[in-house]
Amino acid sequence: MCLAIPGQIVALEPETHLALVEVLGVRRRVNVDLVWDEGLREGDWVLIHVGFALSKVSEQEAAAQLRLLEALGEDEQAMEEVRGYLFDVAE
Amino acid sequence: MRYVDELRDPRLIRAVAAEIARLADPDRHYRIMEVCGGHTHAIYRHGLVELLPPNVELIHGPGCPVCVLPMGRIDDGLALAEQPNVIFTAFGDMMRVPGRRGTPLEYRARGADVRMVYSPLDALKLAQAHPEKHVVFFAIGFETTAPSTALTLQKAKALGIRNFSVFCNHVLIVPAIRAILDSPDMRLDGFIGPGHVSTVIGCRPYLFVARDYGKPLVVSGFEPLDILQSILMILRQLAEGRAEVENQYSRVVPWDGNRAALAAMAEVFELRPYFEWRGLGFISQSALKISEAYADWDAERQFDVPGVRVTDPKAAQCGEVLKGVLKPPQCKLFGRECTPEHPIGALMVSNEGACAAYYHYVHRLAAAGRDD
Repeated sequence: MCLAIPGQIVALEPETHLALVEVLGVRRRVNVDLVWDEGLREGDWVLIHVGFALSKVSEQEAAAQLRLLEALGEDEQAMEEVRGYLFDVAE
Repeated sequence: MRYVDELRDPRLIRAVAAEIARLADPDRHYRIMEVCGGHTHAIYRHGLVELLPPNVELIHGPGCPVCVLPMGRIDDGLALAEQPNVIFTAFGDMMRVPGRRGTPLEYRARGADVRMVYSPLDALKLAQAHPEKHVVFFAIGFETTAPSTALTLQKAKALGIRNFSVFCNHVLIVPAIRAILDSPDMRLDGFIGPGHVSTVIGCRPYLFVARDYGKPLVVSGFEPLDILQSILMILRQLAEGRAEVENQYSRVVPWDGNRAALAAMAEVFELRPYFEWRGLGFISQSALKISEAYADWDAERQFDVPGVRVTDPKAAQCGEVLKGVLKPPQCKLFGRECTPEHPIGALMVSNEGACAAYYHYVHRLAAAGRDD
């Protein structure tokens, strides 16, 4: 439930407050309002939770978080959650 | 990895475990609570209990949002699902949690429009796609998740989407920690503080634990070394007679939290005067409801919610396990009537629940010959 999923920002979309992120090969848009004032650039890493970027993290922290998800057997669950964000997908 | 990441280096893990064993006063029994369900899961999954000396005991805390939700709130939410024009949405964790008349999945089997969503934004999108229906989002979670619901409601208001409302069950971690500190049957020496909740609220809100109750609290990450280092920091404080809040997870958790998240929550939510927690009873100002400014998006105002109160099945001792007074196997139903396949208590449903974590990994503990 309080799964924090690391994702790398691929593209920023300021007008929609979304960012295209890649998580374990899955690409989806997530809302970045909660980290907007920290200044975002493509290539930055963020922790994602229920469709929202919750915090900005270093690449090393993102790698540690990815490894942790694998160790906890939650990497599949994380990919399923990210794949499940359909609010950005056009009908 | 080019180098062995220092967070995973077995030598470092063994070194910290040895330091814990050295520092732990042998004729003292330490009871340290890990508040967050995510920590409970990581502790069992990494077998950290086996690395600790027997006199350093980890007590599982209430930080599992599914586990603390009283059954009556589930029944109230599902009463909405039965309304003909309602699409009831909730996270996956909720789908197998039993109300008195069944789980959300069973309601769906009986014809209610119950759908799983991965984000509240998906629930909002459903409302846009189905103007003829009313979409209710069953919101649960601590301060990690509440900002996402707040931003979704801000968006619904900004776009004027009126066929969407939230049934708000967001709860706050600090009042739960205070309730545990105040309850007579709890004797705790220190706390491993939640990680991701703290990215939102920061570390300041925990200062009362050290100042008013004289107990150390260390905000911890989720890697094995994070948790072990946090335990070591707690033991060091106890050995030196100190009680402070320390931030072991400083690489992710800012001391002052996330200003934007706190601002969104302050606008969209208000404190409930009191709220019932499963196992902890009623705790004042421990949960959020939707503010006046967002009354049009509050499912409890848009619909008349029965306000069911359901006591837990007598035999199930979820409350005692949730507070750490009992270990999962000490509950009479554990592993018998209550298993992951057909869970009775919510602690068995969510993988952050102590019972589910214990059940999945108990064979490893049993194999290690220690029935902790």
